[in-house]
Amino acid sequence: MKNLVEVKNIKKNYGKNEAVKGISFNIKEDEILGLLGPNGSGKTTTIGMLLGLLKPTSGEILINGQKLEGNRIEILEQINFISPYIELPKKLTVKQNLTVYGKLYKINNINERIEFLSEKLRLGRLLNNITGELSSGQKNRVSLAKALINEPKVLLLDEPTASLDPEVGDFVRSFLEDYKKEKKISILLASHNMNEVTRLCKSILMMKDGIIIDKGNPEELINKHGRKNLEEVFLKLSRSKNELN
Amino acid sequence: MYGLFLRHFYLITRSFPRVLDLVYWPTIQITLWGFISNFFATHTTYYNNAVGVILTCAILYDFLFRTSIGFNMLFLEEIWSRNFTNLFIAPMKIGEILTSLVATALIRALIGLIPAVLLTSPLFGISILDLGIFLFFLFLSLYLFGITLGILVSAGLLRYGPSFENIAWSTMFLLAPFGCIYYPIEILPEVFQKIAYLLPLVYIFEEARNILINQTVDMQNIYYAFLWNGVYFVLSIVLFYYSFNVAKNKGTLINMGE
Repeated sequence: MKNLVEVKNIKKNYGKNEAVKGISFNIKEDEILGLLGPNGSGKTTTIGMLLGLLKPTSGEILINGQKLEGNRIEILEQINFISPYIELPKKLTVKQNLTVYGKLYKINNINERIEFLSEKLRLGRLLNNITGELSSGQKNRVSLAKALINEPKVLLLDEPTASLDPEVGDFVRSFLEDYKKEKKISILLASHNMNEVTRLCKSILMMKDGIIIDKGNPEELINKHGRKNLEEVFLKLSRSKNELN
Repeated sequence: MYGLFLRHFYLITRSFPRVLDLVYWPTIQITLWGFISNFFATHTTYYNNAVGVILTCAILYDFLFRTSIGFNMLFLEEIWSRNFTNLFIAPMKIGEILTSLVATALIRALIGLIPAVLLTSPLFGISILDLGIFLFFLFLSLYLFGITLGILVSAGLLRYGPSFENIAWSTMFLLAPFGCIYYPIEILPEVFQKIAYLLPLVYIFEEARNILINQTVDMQNIYYAFLWNGVYFVLSIVLFYYSFNVAKNKGTLINMGE
């Protein structure tokens, strides 16, 4: 499997504050990489750099073999993002929002794509509803549809199931698993839900204070640290001093 | 009670645009209305033979105001709806974002302008079309300056975040005293006149009055209006790109909070 995402020693400083201190990792196609870490560990900054919203102070990011620096537009056509902290315009209907983003991502058969996604994400009856009037779970599925409108090769997920009830959360996780398997895409999942990470991710990066302090698959990490589950590993690493980079 | 006071006090003292906002509204209002009063007190017969000059200038100024605010609103809507990040991770060049906003702002301004133009005739017996073919040049010049201001404010929003929003609402008022919308430039103190001559507005409104009152056309005014518009438009584009790069360094694009 080839690497769709290659991050090479990226650093990000905000003035004297070093938010990310030189991290490297790869994400293969058909892989979900979990990105864990306490608040302020540098996860959002890392995602911001992968999206081209933040310029790394140094280092290099390659998406599908192309350098992000200098190829931002071509790369943005191949990636997408979902976060509970960003929303779609509330006054537009679901279909209008998806059409707008279909146009922005230059999708040829927008209606077919919307039909496909609405079927997969159970949005059929919501297409003509006002986005701002939907429930959290429905909004989340609409955001997911927007994030998949361009058939991204790389999907960045920041807390994709935060504030969802267990049923909707489970639906989203199952959908992501199936979609990743079917389309062989790469997913970076930043989450504080350890059960979700254990279920979806074969490999995990643990970040703290801007560096990667540990990595491996969930089982390896649990055994290595002699804990019962990933949550306990997270707590141990969050409270300890940095172990490795 | 003190806690609520502190909440707003901290917000104001941490944001230069908010402090500026508090200071310049009263200053601008007093300056603008001071010049208008001064003009009417000393030139009571100036508008005697040209009923509707003030109304025509008001419509022209409103077009400028709508264009500029319309552009800012489009940008602010994305921040308010928390859609800003979605927009900036879509594969759009900065030039494409600006072009689409410029075109949409024009449509918004025209939607507001057409009823105003149509109403002046039956209500006041005045037609802005009296300005003839040159009306097109004046509107084009105002539109260019309106979107230039819009781009400058959007650059500020990118650079400083939503706290720059108050500036977005008040740029037009800040320039109004120097624009000589309702009075000739001679009414301004000499120092202000020097500043006013650096803006396209003074040439546009001087020319509108010239056409309506003297029934003549001074092409030099139209030329200078376009010249200054070109200069400011290019500067605004450069500043927008600069602000985008600063925002990418500072992280403003992913942190559009207070």
